Amino acid sequence: MLKQKLLILYAANSSPESPVGAWSLFDGTGRETHMAGDGGEPPYSSVVAAMRDGWRVIQMPQLREAPRGDEHAIGFLPYEFVLEKMVEA
Amino acid sequence: MAPSAQRLSSLHVASFVADGALRFDGIVPRALSDAALAELAGGGPPSPFGAPPGSAAAAWPGRPLAGLFHEWPALSAVLELPAVAGVIESLLGPGALYDHHYAHVIAPRNGWAQPWHADAILDPRPTAFDIQLCFFFHDTPREMGGTMYLPGSHLRRVNEFAIARYQNFVGQEAMACPAGSLLVCHHGIWHCGQPNRTDRQRTMFKLRLNPSVPQRLLWDTRDLRDPLVGKILSRDHGWYGHEVRLEIANRLRLWRALTGDPHYDVDFWLTRIENEPR
Repeated sequence: MLKQKLLILYAANSSPESPVGAWSLFDGTGRETHMAGDGGEPPYSSVVAAMRDGWRVIQMPQLREAPRGDEHAIGFLPYEFVLEKMVEA
Repeated sequence: MAPSAQRLSSLHVASFVADGALRFDGIVPRALSDAALAELAGGGPPSPFGAPPGSAAAAWPGRPLAGLFHEWPALSAVLELPAVAGVIESLLGPGALYDHHYAHVIAPRNGWAQPWHADAILDPRPTAFDIQLCFFFHDTPREMGGTMYLPGSHLRRVNEFAIARYQNFVGQEAMACPAGSLLVCHHGIWHCGQPNRTDRQRTMFKLRLNPSVPQRLLWDTRDLRDPLVGKILSRDHGWYGHEVRLEIANRLRLWRALTGDPHYDVDFWLTRIENEPR
């Protein structure tokens, strides 16, 4: 049975070639458990590097115009790429 | 200001504005740390968090901090240490108000990490801020966890666990530290408790305080014009990619508010976009 693993990479800008600044991994097979603060280095240097290792991009970040009057507001990381691998489990 | 308080320098406060946190390893002497830990282990003081309405603890929030802990002499002495009092007064000024406290106790062999979050609720104040003092009264090696925090996250406004999807960031810092250490955070800092993989219980005493006066030039300002201030405010923590200039713009606005200098700038970032000839 195929089960899904999700890798979320937060890139420096909207390009999938830009460096990764944050990441998360969710394993639908139950073999691995990942949690806040458990990693030292990003698993891949960029989204493209993850694609070359077999991860499929299933969501690209939308580019949004800055809201008028609040152009410098910062909050969530805007360049979130969601990738998946389907693995036998 | 208490006569003995050791105020922060401008470089310290600039670091607080850039990082959202200041770390002081071993600021509390060992014997006093042990005594404070014993008071916490003894059950007091009661936290107002979840306290029944009408109870003494429920009436603490909003009261002046001074004297509030008098029934717990070791904790009082910690807060009156010149270095600790100086941090509080440098960031909040005289007459800091008590918000709440909580002793976070993590059992031995607890492998669960708290998800990333910011405390309280999304805070719309543009420049005023509360501080959270996190005391680690016993040695806290990395395998014991400590609190993990994300330098430079404090000005990113999020609501509590809305950031729980994130797991790791370039530049995240775990508060692994010797006994008697203190982490002072801006209220907006992103943080999470880490697993305790030791056979010992972990305790972290958190105290949130509010300002009661405008937060302007409350520290030792003799080094206010030090050019290092601009370099500190321009720090790139690495995890927010090409948003670093937006980070700097937000820090500059906070620095302007803290110093009362509406024209302070670094690399012309704000001056350029404030130029609207008429």
